[in-house]
Amino acid sequence: MHQTFDAALGINLLHANQEGADHNRAHFDEWGIICLNVMSSPGAGKTALLERTLAVLTHEYKIAVIEGDMTTELDAERLRKYGVPVIAINTGRSCHLDSKMVAGGIHQLSYQYNPAEFDLVLVENVGNLVCPAEFEVGEHAKVALLSLTEGEDKPLKYPVMFQEADCLLITKMDLAPHLDVDVDRIVANVRQMNPHVAIVPVSAKTGEGLDAWFDWVRSWIARSAPAKQQLSVVH
Amino acid sequence: MTKALIITVKDWWESQPVPPKISCIHLIVGKFTCVEPVSLQFAFNVQKQNTFLEGVELAIQETPLIAFCHHCQQEYRPEIGIQYDCPTCRSPMEDIRSGRELKIDRIEYCSDSAKTYAPNL
Repeated sequence: MHQTFDAALGINLLHANQEGADHNRAHFDEWGIICLNVMSSPGAGKTALLERTLAVLTHEYKIAVIEGDMTTELDAERLRKYGVPVIAINTGRSCHLDSKMVAGGIHQLSYQYNPAEFDLVLVENVGNLVCPAEFEVGEHAKVALLSLTEGEDKPLKYPVMFQEADCLLITKMDLAPHLDVDVDRIVANVRQMNPHVAIVPVSAKTGEGLDAWFDWVRSWIARSAPAKQQLSVVH
Repeated sequence: MTKALIITVKDWWESQPVPPKISCIHLIVGKFTCVEPVSLQFAFNVQKQNTFLEGVELAIQETPLIAFCHHCQQEYRPEIGIQYDCPTCRSPMEDIRSGRELKIDRIEYCSDSAKTYAPNL
């Protein structure tokens, strides 16, 4: 005869992923690196934004990219032109990066380079407004992109992504004159669930708003300055 | 998400002195998450085949989205997909009291240890 027992767990369903994310973040902290997780729906302009970002910020910082893509290396190849290490992770059938996949990327980076030389790791997640919002990869901040062509209602329909974001970039602003999209409405919809998020309207095509985005990134990198200083004292 | 659940349960299962035979996993899933219980149930039933979770039931309890408005000093239920700020004073939804849960609440198991299984995770 067997007896039935009950184990009260009360642990997060994503506990294993969370542990991996904390582990990744501990590595970034140890090396004085800031990690930003860049997320959006497919085609919102993540890669174009990163191209513009690398073109400017590689003159100021040492940057690496972890590039999540379901099957190809097309995005990774676009970014390698900027002379930075781009670690491509093919997620296969998975619609998001998880902390284990990113750990593999970090391992590769630390194998090929001295990771403490880097200031910033940009993670380009798989294009998807749902799952990436729930799967931390070890980032210090989440950056969400919403392109104007997606419409004002997307923050209402995919609230978790916009509620979790630390920075929201409204992209493709150059298309504003051609579209019946109300930018103020987008902002108001996001503010309903995330009043503190930094919102920056940008255009990777014309350069509009990019300085404000770069400043936001710089302000995050500045946070790792004490850790970096300590590293340089040790070495 | 199903894979994440299975890995978390597997970690617990392997940490037990004698890996037990699990009969049911009880989850609490909030409405303000990226998890659809019906899809999770379906995917779990497929992915548990030939693993240590063969024959295990998944019981999912959903919790509603409830926020607390500090200005009005009262709880309210935001309408997902329509409106999230306070219906009375329009203050943003800042303090979520229910609906973000993604929790393995408890696991039912019996004293028989698990049979051998094909670890195809």
